[in-house]
Amino acid sequence: MAAIGPDVDSSLDTFPKLLLAHAERRGDRIAMREKDLGIWQCWTWRDYRDAAAALAGGLAAAGFERGDKVAIIGDNRPELYVAIAAVQGLGGVPVPLYQDSVADEMRFIVDHAEVRFAVVEDQEQVDKMLAVIDDCPHLQLVVAEDMRGMRHYRDGRLRSYSGVVDDGRRFAAGNPGFFEAEIARGSPDDVAIICYTSGTTGRPKGVMLSHQSLLATSRNANAHDRLTATEEAIAYMPLAWIGDHIFSYGQALTAGFAINCPESSATVMHDLREIGPSYFFAPPRIWETILTSVMVRMEDAAAIKRWMFKRFMAVAQRVGERKLAGRPVGFLDGLLYGLGEVLVYGPLKDSLGFGRIRVAYTAGEAIGPEIFSFYRSLGVNIKQIYGMTEASALVCGQADDRVRADTVGQPMPEVELRIADGGEVQFRGPGVFMGYYKDAHATAEALTEDGWLRSGDVGLIDSDGQLKIVDRARDVGKLVSGSLFAPKYVENKLKFSPYIREAVAHGHNRRFVAAFINIDLEAVGSWAERRNLAYTSYTDLAGRPEVYDLIEGEIARANRELAQEPQLAASQIHRFLILHKELDPDDEELTRTRKVRRRFVAEKYADLIAALYGGAASVAVEAKVQFEDGRTGTIKAELPIRDVAVAQSVALAKAG
Amino acid sequence: MTPVERQIGDVLLDASGISLGFGAVRALQDVSVEVREGEILAIIGPNGAGKTSLLNVINGIYKPQSGHIRFRGRERRRYKPAEVAREGIARTFQNVALFKGMTTLDNIMTGRNMQVRSGLLAQALYWGPALKNELAHRLAVERVIDFLEIQSIRKTPVGRLPYGLQKRVELGRALAAEPKLLLLDEPMAGMNVEEKEDMSRFILDVNDEFGTTIVLIEHDMGVVMDISDRVVVLDYGIKIADGTPDVVRADRDVIEAYLGVSH
Repeated sequence: MAAIGPDVDSSLDTFPKLLLAHAERRGDRIAMREKDLGIWQCWTWRDYRDAAAALAGGLAAAGFERGDKVAIIGDNRPELYVAIAAVQGLGGVPVPLYQDSVADEMRFIVDHAEVRFAVVEDQEQVDKMLAVIDDCPHLQLVVAEDMRGMRHYRDGRLRSYSGVVDDGRRFAAGNPGFFEAEIARGSPDDVAIICYTSGTTGRPKGVMLSHQSLLATSRNANAHDRLTATEEAIAYMPLAWIGDHIFSYGQALTAGFAINCPESSATVMHDLREIGPSYFFAPPRIWETILTSVMVRMEDAAAIKRWMFKRFMAVAQRVGERKLAGRPVGFLDGLLYGLGEVLVYGPLKDSLGFGRIRVAYTAGEAIGPEIFSFYRSLGVNIKQIYGMTEASALVCGQADDRVRADTVGQPMPEVELRIADGGEVQFRGPGVFMGYYKDAHATAEALTEDGWLRSGDVGLIDSDGQLKIVDRARDVGKLVSGSLFAPKYVENKLKFSPYIREAVAHGHNRRFVAAFINIDLEAVGSWAERRNLAYTSYTDLAGRPEVYDLIEGEIARANRELAQEPQLAASQIHRFLILHKELDPDDEELTRTRKVRRRFVAEKYADLIAALYGGAASVAVEAKVQFEDGRTGTIKAELPIRDVAVAQSVALAKAG
Repeated sequence: MTPVERQIGDVLLDASGISLGFGAVRALQDVSVEVREGEILAIIGPNGAGKTSLLNVINGIYKPQSGHIRFRGRERRRYKPAEVAREGIARTFQNVALFKGMTTLDNIMTGRNMQVRSGLLAQALYWGPALKNELAHRLAVERVIDFLEIQSIRKTPVGRLPYGLQKRVELGRALAAEPKLLLLDEPMAGMNVEEKEDMSRFILDVNDEFGTTIVLIEHDMGVVMDISDRVVVLDYGIKIADGTPDVVRADRDVIEAYLGVSH
């Protein structure tokens, strides 16, 4: 199927050129679907091109010039993917922003990237753009797709998407062949996109990626998992994240498959089921949420269903992963698994929307081995990938027959990988970025003297030739005893528990490791309900002694696992407390991609850390919180602190 | 539902000299209220002031002992809620009055009942104009669902929804009737701050997008003063003030009524 697509044509060296080719050669095929008014509305490749040409005309009529930067902000809407194509077609550079960023965060990027136009989804984003427009001298026009609620906006710098498109059609009528001619001027070395990395430290940096890099990465990824024009994918991760750009734009345009935009962020799971994608990405958090909801539902199911689920999941655990990897299984096991597929796995996968999955990815964080093997044993081909924005998202991936939960696979085609002194993972390949926009200093720091890209991660190559990531290089520290302390490794062990949503481990230059815990409100809430434990809020539930008992048990389990690993046995958690509030990107405690901003948290909660190491049985907190409506308030609570039993290390046990 | 420029127009509904009593209880005494096209009018007052009674008179549940109602220039002769609804008045209730076992979609669909023109048989056979109608109604309902951002609960039985969302579904059902005049009885009762803000935004958007005239009863003074064009104050069945939020806020009688100064 791939052979007849436009992808084999090497003259198609930019994304807009690919778009034109799809529209000409297979224009009636579906490029995008969007669920709107309860129905999946279809966009063919021809619709995609025509919409991009019309928007490009409108932007040109509004004074667009080659090289202009355009902010793209909103949920995954076909119009916004169209905007990316239109801007690239005109020789401009799309700059997607995280749609849930607050105005202040946007102000920095819009100003730094010298954004001239913004194409945004709705009033929420328009309000933010109009709030920053006077501080951003380059920004001259905000184009809004959905004008609802803005009838009385009188700012001349705001226009409706449909109005701009109408201008574009008139413009195209007066300038036939304009869009095609502009696209023809594009070169593979042009900047195709600037993605601002959220960054766990400091200001965001604008990663410039060329068409050449993104195309090579997309094509290699397609080849790696044999993706073709028949795939169906769901476009639901933020547009500003390089991963979505590769999956929903790069790979979709190179392989020619259809992407499906959910109705709203709240309906993703439902829409997933309706579409039944064959190619699917989700971060570990979502895989975990889905598994938790299955388990919760099973506990409420009838006894016979519970029995069947239990019996056949045991079969799946024994057989499923071997079968998926293509290894032989016994005759009886094969038979039982087949029966299970009919009775349990098939219906379950179907109700989750995983019935047709050929390739599924997880990345970004470590995934719990039980979660990973749950999906694989069901026959869902979930695999690890690894990458970073500066390398066009994809560096490593797992081959179908060598999938494991604790590694991230081997280098993708054309990518070279090495482990530098000190353990840092470094790589080289076609996907490596052109530099940070207007920041030569940071660019130089990101590359080694001999031109390899520094990942900032400490990793190792295991005996299977696969990369294994330990932690962020700058986070790895040492305990007073001199033992290695890798906070994220410890936190991941904790987060493998369904009851622990977030954890922050402390230990650098300390005598022992201590941790902050965020409980998972859904899982612990349902656990509490089954025990008739009433609670009013997160803060209330988190402070319950019963919940502390539960979490203590989970931490003791993590300690036993850590004790198995000689290098990390000293990193067992001695004390912990459950935070009175959930860590939140709006409070700057997490990045927009939900990574803990370690230093910020350590500073903000310095008194809690002092209490953890001070030996007190509890600590009083009074925290300022910002509510969704912008008001601020304070939460007061008395947080208990608990000690946890530490398991004897394997190494020590032997020595003793 | 085509967009309309926002403007306050002529009198849409004129209730004059309305008096209503239940036995010895005098719920309304000679109350006159004009509702102008396109405005958001709030009715406020202490408990038992007659606010809901007035709403019930306007939508034909109660027949007043004296007084007249003119809606869109026509004098009302019979007080039948179904007829009033057909004339273009829709409402929501103080205590959510939805079909708990039915989905959000079906509940909102019942709001289209007024527009169903084909006969029972044709509908049952799902044939001819009935089929076409059904599709048109579903589209109208989907627009409402989209407007109120409740796509994720489309197929959820409303009995399982939290209270704030049930209120939103009820508003959806009223909107599905494409009313000229929308009556909201305490649309924000029992809601938290965030839900109130959402509801306020929806009320403003309805008024703004569709030009729907809105009469609402509300206790949260912050909300009332924020979103209303005009405020009518009732106390013991008597209208004691009528004017813009600023005027009403400063009115001595109103302050007395609320602070409970002796009568």
